[in-house]
Parts: sequence; C-alpha cells; structure tokens
Amino acid sequence: MSVTQQAVAIGGGFADSRPRRKAWFGGIHGADYIWAFAFAVPYVVIFLAFVIYPICYGLWLGSDPALYTQLFNDPRYFTAVINTVIYVGVGVNLKMALAFMLSGFFMRKRLWVKSLLVVFILPWATPALPAYISIHWLLNGQWGMLNNLLWLIFGWDGPVYLNSHWMGLAANIGAYVWKNLPFWTIILLAGRMSIPQELYEAANVDGAAGFRRFQHVTYPLMANLYLVCILLDTVFALGDFNATYFVSGGGPAMSTEVLATLGIRYAYTVALPRLGVAEVMTALPVLIPLVYILMRKLRVSEGQL
Amino acid sequence: MSATARTDTTFARETGTGAGADKAERRPSMRLHSRLHYRLQRYGMETLAIAFGIVLAIWSLLPIYNMWMIALDSHDDVFSGTIWPDNPSLESFRVVVTQNFWYLSRFWHQFGNSFYVGLGVMFLTLGIGSLASFTIGRMRIKHGWMLSNAALMTYVIPASFLAIPMYRIMQIYGLSNHLSSVILALTTFATPYAIFIFSQYGKSIPMELDESARIDGANPFQIYLRIYLPLMAPALVAVGTYALLLAWNEYLYNFLLLSTPDSMTVAVALAQFLNSDESPWNFMMATAIIYAMPPIILYYGFRRYMAAGLTMGGVKG
Repeated sequence: MSVTQQAVAIGGGFADSRPRRKAWFGGIHGADYIWAFAFAVPYVVIFLAFVIYPICYGLWLGSDPALYTQLFNDPRYFTAVINTVIYVGVGVNLKMALAFMLSGFFMRKRLWVKSLLVVFILPWATPALPAYISIHWLLNGQWGMLNNLLWLIFGWDGPVYLNSHWMGLAANIGAYVWKNLPFWTIILLAGRMSIPQELYEAANVDGAAGFRRFQHVTYPLMANLYLVCILLDTVFALGDFNATYFVSGGGPAMSTEVLATLGIRYAYTVALPRLGVAEVMTALPVLIPLVYILMRKLRVSEGQL
Repeated sequence: MSATARTDTTFARETGTGAGADKAERRPSMRLHSRLHYRLQRYGMETLAIAFGIVLAIWSLLPIYNMWMIALDSHDDVFSGTIWPDNPSLESFRVVVTQNFWYLSRFWHQFGNSFYVGLGVMFLTLGIGSLASFTIGRMRIKHGWMLSNAALMTYVIPASFLAIPMYRIMQIYGLSNHLSSVILALTTFATPYAIFIFSQYGKSIPMELDESARIDGANPFQIYLRIYLPLMAPALVAVGTYALLLAWNEYLYNFLLLSTPDSMTVAVALAQFLNSDESPWNFMMATAIIYAMPPIILYYGFRRYMAAGLTMGGVKG
C-alpha cells in the first residue's frame, strides 16, 4: 500500500530547499480561470454533498437537548466513554512504542530481517474483517486455537477471554495493535531511513554510541514524526469500528462497546438514530482540537516539502 | 550478559569497528580477551534478535494460520480442539466457489460488486483528486488553500462518526441500496489523501514543462492530460492502490448502505455468517480467505513499486 508515500508526506523530513516561485509564468489569465474553476468543481461538489451536508444534517439531528439527558442517564454510555479512553490511550501508545522499537529492529541489514518484514506486513495487507473474525475465533474459550495451544504446550486450561469485560477490551486492543502495527512501523522506518547516515557517523566520531546517540540524533529528528503519528492514530482509533464490533462484538452484555460502535448500535439495533448522533457528538470536544492540531501539523509539513 | 544492555543500539547500522580499534594498543592478552568478548557480544545479540524475530513471526501469523486451519477443517472437526485439522480438505473452498450454501448463493455476483465498487472508487478518486491537485498545485488559484484545508479536514474526521447522517443523506439522494452510494461515500474519504499525495508529488515536476507547453499554445486541460498525468504515474499507482484497497476492505458503509443479496459486497455477505450461532464456520473462513486474497496479492504485487516511490520522494531537489 501507499504507506511509504504517506511517510514521505507526513514525515516533513524531506524538506525541499528550492525557492518557491509563482506558478505558471505570469500567473493565470482569462480562460484559464474557467479551466481552474472547472477542475476544482468535482471536489467541491463531493465535499459539499458528502461532507458538509452530512455534518450539518448530523448537527441538526443531534440538536435536541433532551437527547443528552437521555444519553447521560444511560449507564452504557459511560461504560463506552471509559472504554474508549482506555482503548485509545492504551491502543495508540502501546502500538506506537512497539512500532518505534520495531522500526529500529528492521533497520538491521540482515537478509532474514528483510524477509521477516515481508511476513510482518501480512496483518496490514489482510482486510480488517477476516482478520478480526479470525481473532474472535482464535480467542474462543472452548475450541479456540489459543487455548488449544496453551493446553498442548503448557497444559494450561486457558480462560474464556471474551466473557470478561477486561479481557474482552484487552482482546480488542490487541487485535487493533496486531492489525495496524505494521503500518506505523513502516512509517517510522521510513522516517528513520530518512535520517542522513552522516549524522550517525559524526556522532560516532564524537564518541556517542548506544543511548547517547539515540538521545541526541534519533530522538530529536524523529520526535515530530512520532507526535504526528500519535495524533493521527488517536483520531483513527477514536473512529475505529471494526475491531470492537468483530472481536468482542461489544460483549459481554455491551460492556466493551466504544463510542464508534455504541452510536451505530443506538441507531440500528435500538432504532434511535438521533441518540446515536448525539452520542457521537459528545466526542466533538475532543475531536475538534485534535483535528485542528493535526491540520496545522500536516499543513506545516506540507509547506516544508 | 552485556548483550541485553546493547540492544538499544540495534537500530544503528553500526558494525562495532570503533569498539575494537581503540583497544588495539593494550597488551596482547587483553586484546584477545576483548576480541573474544566482542565476538560473544555479537553472537549474543544476533541470537536475541533471532529469538525476537521468531516471536514476531508467530504473533503476525497466528490469526492467519487460524483462518486457514478452520477453513481446511471439515464441518464436524471445527470444534475438535486440535491445532491442525485431522482430515484437512478443500471441501469448504469448493462449497464457496460453487455457491453451494444459502448465504453464498450469490457469492460471485457479490465478488463482482466488490470489484465494481473498488474500481469505481479508484477511478473517481484518481480523477477528482488529480484535477483538484492540478488546480491547487500547478495553477495555484487564489483560494486553493481552502480546498487543501477542506481535504485535510475530511482526512482527519473518522468515517464511522459520519455514518448515521450519511445513511440518511443517501436516502434523501435516493441512492439507498445502490452501489453508487457506497462508491460516492468512499470516494469522499479517499480523495483527501489523493489530493495530499498528488500535491506533494507534483512539486517534483518542474513548472518549466507547463510553461513551455503554454508557450506552444496548450490549454490547461491539455497540460493536465499530456504533461501532468503521465509524469504523475507513480503517485497515481500508489493512490489508486490505496483507494482500491480502502473500498475493498471497508465494512461499515457497505453494511449500512447495502442490504439485499444482489447489492451486497463480499464484506457484508461475510459478516452475515455472524448473524447465527450455528453457521458453518469453515465455509465462513474459506469465504474470508478468498475475500482477503485480492488485497494481499495487490499489496505484495505493488510493494516494490511503492518502495521506488519512497526513494523518489526522498531525493532532494
């Protein structure tokens, strides 16, 4: 997939030193404006019809204050909020920390490391739906592969993972990490590879090795990319529907639902679409600042390119 | 052993020549000792790395192995509690391919639907995205930044949060249960990324080409078609693959917008198995594997091309 392109895009490490110049010698005139306008129309239409209109429609659907009273009186909503905080907080940070370490591991030049990378990509290349369904059966208490393995190798009788709130939530987070770890590892790997080798050589000459080199070369150059990745993945994890829906199914007794799945559940299982929209809207105080920061960050890195 | 203490240096492409050289003036026995020590350290680290690699491979492959194992089981053996099927057979694949089960009675039709949606999203995304990026990046219209901001905003809004209003709006547009509703919705979410990448990549194409074409009397559309698009080929391939995979892998929007067996995509048909507790899980896993094949083939097929894209992007101008 185009992960590498994305790494280039959000890395900001590939700064272009050429002076900027105005587009098209002498600017654009007359008939060119009509062309420019015509070229922009398809995207503007798509944006207005399928982004702005749904957003406004959603704001209108969720504008009744009574909905929020109803929502805040629902204990499932608070469970979902706490689950979402844990899911996003643990899922994103654990994954990024692992991805950062793994990107260091994959910098090794051995052939077997390169072949391992090919295998390691497989979870990312597999579509989410089959992967999560497989993980759901893998964790089945009675005949799941994981418990069979535990029994065969250690003689342990494994627990029924998806029957407990905490293990169900952990399974969802684990599945999300499993699926997306390769993507972020490759992004961070591309970031690491863009660090000029001369810097490491210079650090070597100055006597910096091991942790000191990490502290003074790798860390400062990777910090921005890492931060952008964390923020971007926070938004992705916040909106992640598939892992929770297919691994634990929100169960047992809707105790592992997150905001993204509970909204759909309200709208289509209980047939309360307005409540579903209101539920999603309560994420806006977190989402809007995140989107704002991300837009700034991404635009800045775009400007540097 | 000191190997563990040095694992934080594994990211570096260091060979450790410095560590041996600065001890060269010491006594011969010391030198021998340090060389031995160094060698042990290297072997220790390599062993550790290999052990880590094995754990990583198992972690990556276990769910995928599980998928195959269930698919190869015969129906009664699914619950047998082994880690390799007693009588592995391709029976469940045969059932899926011949549509011999009632959930799967329209399987190939649905497979075609998935392709139709994927290709539709791909071409729309490429067309709309490249036109918009041409206006923003090459023609530099006055308020182009507003367009790129709109794209950025769409890129960072979670699609699942817009699902409920989007569902209603598709009904208002009269597109519910129609494949074009999914195509339009997914194009909306794929285009921002396309604009983002095209704008980045377009900066590596010299403006002088456009200018000389203009002097030769080409209009903007000719420049777009004859100069911009051919030179953007690597980015077009990367974004096209992205859009195709996004559409193929999407579940939520397919599920909400498509409900009849004839309009469903494979993703929705696959999730139908979960409606019942008594479903034949081996058929489901066989369906899942067939469904997962095109993206995996596409991904590995274009991997090298993507890597080339990276190095091209990395070259400074």
